[in-house]
Amino acid sequence: MAGAKEIRSKIKSIKNTQKITKAMEMVAASKMRKAQDRMTATRPYAEKMRNVICHLAHAHAEIKHPFMIEREVKRVGYIVITSDRGLCGGLNVNLFKKTIGDMLGHHKNGVEIDVVAIGRKAVDYFKRQNANMVAQTSNLGDTPHIEELIGTVKVMLDAFADGNIDALYLVNNEFVNTMTQTPNISKLLPVAGPEDAQLKHHWDYIYEPDSKVILDSLLMRFVESQVYQGVVENIACEMSARMIAMKSATDNAGDIIGSLETMYNKARQAAITQEISEIVAGAAAV
Amino acid sequence: MAMTIHVDIVSAEKEIWSGPATMVFAPGEMGELGIAPRHTPLLTRLKPGEVRVQDQHGDQESFFISGGILEIQPHVVTVLADTAIRAEDLDEAAALKARQEAEEAMADRNADMDFAKAKAELAEAAAMVETIKKVRGRK
Repeated sequence: MAGAKEIRSKIKSIKNTQKITKAMEMVAASKMRKAQDRMTATRPYAEKMRNVICHLAHAHAEIKHPFMIEREVKRVGYIVITSDRGLCGGLNVNLFKKTIGDMLGHHKNGVEIDVVAIGRKAVDYFKRQNANMVAQTSNLGDTPHIEELIGTVKVMLDAFADGNIDALYLVNNEFVNTMTQTPNISKLLPVAGPEDAQLKHHWDYIYEPDSKVILDSLLMRFVESQVYQGVVENIACEMSARMIAMKSATDNAGDIIGSLETMYNKARQAAITQEISEIVAGAAAV
Repeated sequence: MAMTIHVDIVSAEKEIWSGPATMVFAPGEMGELGIAPRHTPLLTRLKPGEVRVQDQHGDQESFFISGGILEIQPHVVTVLADTAIRAEDLDEAAALKARQEAEEAMADRNADMDFAKAKAELAEAAAMVETIKKVRGRK
């Protein structure tokens, strides 16, 4: 049986760890609430923008912007969003698994792959994998701003416009609820046009200066806002995943402390029993 | 009751304002726009400036936007405001920076590789020294 003193110091150190995980859990919980608020705040913009693009496609069926045209896929781009920090359970690992699975599918068809990494975990991962990483951003913090993403997204938009890539995918974690986050891959480019091109009432906008320029900046902002939304959603996922991971770590620490305490009591009891029997034996000998 | 037009002002980061108005003023790229209900459909880019919204009681609210896109339909005005200051060369610089960071990260990886290689060589050399010592000790 291990010495009582050793067990006591072990219990103490686990208690300290438990305090840390408990604190991290509470911090993550409060950050998660804020992140969720931000997530809902970004939705109206994307919705309104999708409406405008729909209207535009309806009004101007004959105009096809390069961003909307499907072409033969020879090279694809991925924008992969992960967290900057770890200690959030299997969040990033699951995301990478799904991404690699998808990438392998493309790889089999002889399609080449470019990667843009957002978040330090993604940067480190693709560095190790020796992927063709064309741009990266990390250390966005808890309140990302869209201007921090413009450059990174532009690299891919330019690549698409120049014909270097033929499709662009966004990979991020989708926030289902506090307990569940699922990795999600969605297609950003080419932008899918409205499915039912019904021409019930044919009207058109007045364009200032002209439709091409406006569609250009509209689609660019649309993609940017999708990526931004992905980043914000991923932060909410990160926080809830961390909260859950830290909660189970705290619970586990509690279990370990419980069993160590039992062990400590047993050791103490054994020592006392031994002492008594020694005294009794001594007395009997006299 | 005065005729109103529904106004939505949204940015990528949050919804800024939403509600009915009798008149909206916005800084269009080709000039200042005054929008009354039943305006003809129009789509334009906005310059950095002030968007003013006048409600039924004649009160005005104004918002500063750093550019964006304005959509007008007869009963709805949508302002898609930018939160960042946009300019072609600024965007270009940002893209360049993101690209450079990726290149640096990849270069770092090579540095790591060099380090690993050097470490392996060092271990090999150390093992060699150890063996030589042993051999000498035997003699």
